[in-house]
Amino acid sequence: MIRMKVLMLGWEFPPFSSGGLGTHCYYLTKSLKEKNTQITFIMPGGSERIEPGIKLITTGSMRIIRLNVTLKPYRPSLSREVKIIASETPKEVYDESFFSNVKRYNELACEIGLEEDFDIIHCHDWMTFDAGVRLKKETGKPLVVTIHSTEFDRTGGLSVNDYISHMEWYGMFHADKVITVSNYMKKRIVEKYSVPPEKIKVIYNAVNPEEFWPSEIKPGFDEKIVLFLGRITLQKGPDYFLEAAKLVLEKEKNVKFVVVGKGDMLPSLIEKSLQLGIINHVFFTGYQKDIKTIYSMADVYVMPSVSEPFGITALEAMSSGTPVIVSKQSGISEAVKHRLTVDFWDVKELANKILGVLRYSPVKNELSKNGLQEARRMTWDRVAEKTLNVYHSVLQYYM
Amino acid sequence: MRLRKFTIFDIGKNRNYFSDDLNKFYIKRISRKCYLPANTKMLELIKKYEGEFRISYSITGILIEQLEKWSPEALESFVKLVDTGCVELFNETYYHSLAYLISEREFKEQVKLHRKKIWEVFGVRPKIFRNTEAMFSNEIAKIAEKMGFRGIIAEGLSHILGWRSPNYLYTSPGSSIPVFLRNYKLSDDIGFRFSCRDWEEWPLTADKYASWLSMNEGDVINIFLDYETFGEHQWKETGIFEFLEHLPKEILKYEHLEFKTPSEILKKTKPVGIFDVPYISSWADVHRDLSAWLENEMQQHAFREIKSLEPVMRKRKDLIDYWRKLQTSDHFYYMCTKWFADGDVHKYFNCYETPYDAFINYMNVLSDLKMRAGIKC
Repeated sequence: MIRMKVLMLGWEFPPFSSGGLGTHCYYLTKSLKEKNTQITFIMPGGSERIEPGIKLITTGSMRIIRLNVTLKPYRPSLSREVKIIASETPKEVYDESFFSNVKRYNELACEIGLEEDFDIIHCHDWMTFDAGVRLKKETGKPLVVTIHSTEFDRTGGLSVNDYISHMEWYGMFHADKVITVSNYMKKRIVEKYSVPPEKIKVIYNAVNPEEFWPSEIKPGFDEKIVLFLGRITLQKGPDYFLEAAKLVLEKEKNVKFVVVGKGDMLPSLIEKSLQLGIINHVFFTGYQKDIKTIYSMADVYVMPSVSEPFGITALEAMSSGTPVIVSKQSGISEAVKHRLTVDFWDVKELANKILGVLRYSPVKNELSKNGLQEARRMTWDRVAEKTLNVYHSVLQYYM
Repeated sequence: MRLRKFTIFDIGKNRNYFSDDLNKFYIKRISRKCYLPANTKMLELIKKYEGEFRISYSITGILIEQLEKWSPEALESFVKLVDTGCVELFNETYYHSLAYLISEREFKEQVKLHRKKIWEVFGVRPKIFRNTEAMFSNEIAKIAEKMGFRGIIAEGLSHILGWRSPNYLYTSPGSSIPVFLRNYKLSDDIGFRFSCRDWEEWPLTADKYASWLSMNEGDVINIFLDYETFGEHQWKETGIFEFLEHLPKEILKYEHLEFKTPSEILKKTKPVGIFDVPYISSWADVHRDLSAWLENEMQQHAFREIKSLEPVMRKRKDLIDYWRKLQTSDHFYYMCTKWFADGDVHKYFNCYETPYDAFINYMNVLSDLKMRAGIKC
């Protein structure tokens, strides 16, 4: 079988990245490598310090080209002086350097890409689309794009950046096929970006069981633990988490609410827990690099996202044997069955479900057991397999 | 009897466990799609064949209550059917419940309550017993006999029958009450497979089905179905009512086939062998045991909890009806995780998103009941 050669434009691998994008790129690439695919991966540098120029790593059939462009896939954290107030006209909060970095990345990526040999181009999210489309035009090779999230999800629809959402449209328009991580996202893409549904393929994300499994490590105290883990930002609904916490604590005192992560809403969240009078029951751990055992320590994982294209963290929790309560406005709520769901705004119901899991151990045990089994079926190998099928279906038309 | 959405915040505040809205909705729907049109058809057929067409029904006490409330016309149509003299009613547990698993006493009381209700509404005293979802064992047969029943229904389990046919009457060790075995192959041909286009026998016509019956050896063929087959499980558009329309005619064409009610069969037919069921079996799912209701930890826990309330509930006339309504097998069925990922066929009637939601809701209601009974949670 002829080896397929893929030029991938995407994101820094964990632990230098933040979020599902990096995880997806890493595992997809790894699994594709095992399926006789040759990958050249062009990524921006993350928080790593690199010498000027280009860093080239060759590992067998995978070449990672790490550019000297500092770029992160998410809106940079705001400085203290700048705040978004939802009731006012939303302001542009990207600084100049962010967009110029995007531009630079795309220029470099295109330059390098033109010197590479490949059958197909695969781009992940808007920041890589400029280069991706240019490469397609110049080389005549097909383009596949994966949409991990859109401006609408990231901002909750509140302060959509027109340039970014235009780029999202632009990439999808020129792509031969669009991959996305849930039907929830597919619907959004069809509605907001007028992409025909036949062009979009849904491939759910996955979890690595060697990274996330039920650990025996227990926390040092005997209160029940309700866990929030993710970026502390509007999209993830941490404020709803706290409001539900207050309701839970009215019925059950022996509970700790643990918030793991960092983000622009962290200061206001701490303030909120003070206002709600629950500060003694809420732990803010900050950003944790190694989260492998954190899920196992919790009695329940809560993901109250306002809009979540997939929600890999919930899958990680399930893989760790922890029951999950996820927002209905998420990809994972459709992708798995052994979970509890709630509308993100329905804090009373969220509290009801949290209390249900904490009080009645059989439901916790069943969710844990069945959730674990279900998570084991969501493998990256499966994702790679389906991605390869998309490549093949696109290349068919190019023969 | 569907539970209302009952959150932890309702415990101690809201005393209303059962959802009138949901129950009304389901009863009205099923009356419209099934009971009314099917009963009309049955009545027609009884009149048309001048008594040669006979049927039996098993209608629980809580269904009768629901019909009284939300669809008295449907109840009236059942009464009309019984009045023809060609229709036999069975005795069940009033609450379609797992009462037998609670205690023998509770079981007997629920059977008696049902007997009373049937007498009040239909003016008949059933002689044949069918436990909830055809739950059966040697013990159950013994008790039914002691209670005065002349026949009992069971699932025609092939692993008990072996090479033998369900088309005969049997008895169980320890009792002499005749056991009517459901011929599940022929029953499910209509109940499950009727509209299944992948089935090699599709489409099933009345004459084809009658010819199968005629080729069966035995004394009696028991075709037991969910009545909802006619109009609900099999929608009108599948042609199920036309099938029903022609069935008596096609069957009666055969000299050796006739319709009889169980009591009539007992007059002429004797049991031919032993049907030994030491552990409780049922007609539920492919497993045909108790696993549909008591397989996972949630179901077992919930059942243990409800069972443990018996001594207290016996002293509380004001609460015992709630306790009994919470024994209905449906509640436990909704907590079943067995087929959950495969898109359960019963999801049509399941108002819960997941079995986990069903369990939490049930436990919240139970917590409130316990609180009312003065039991500390």
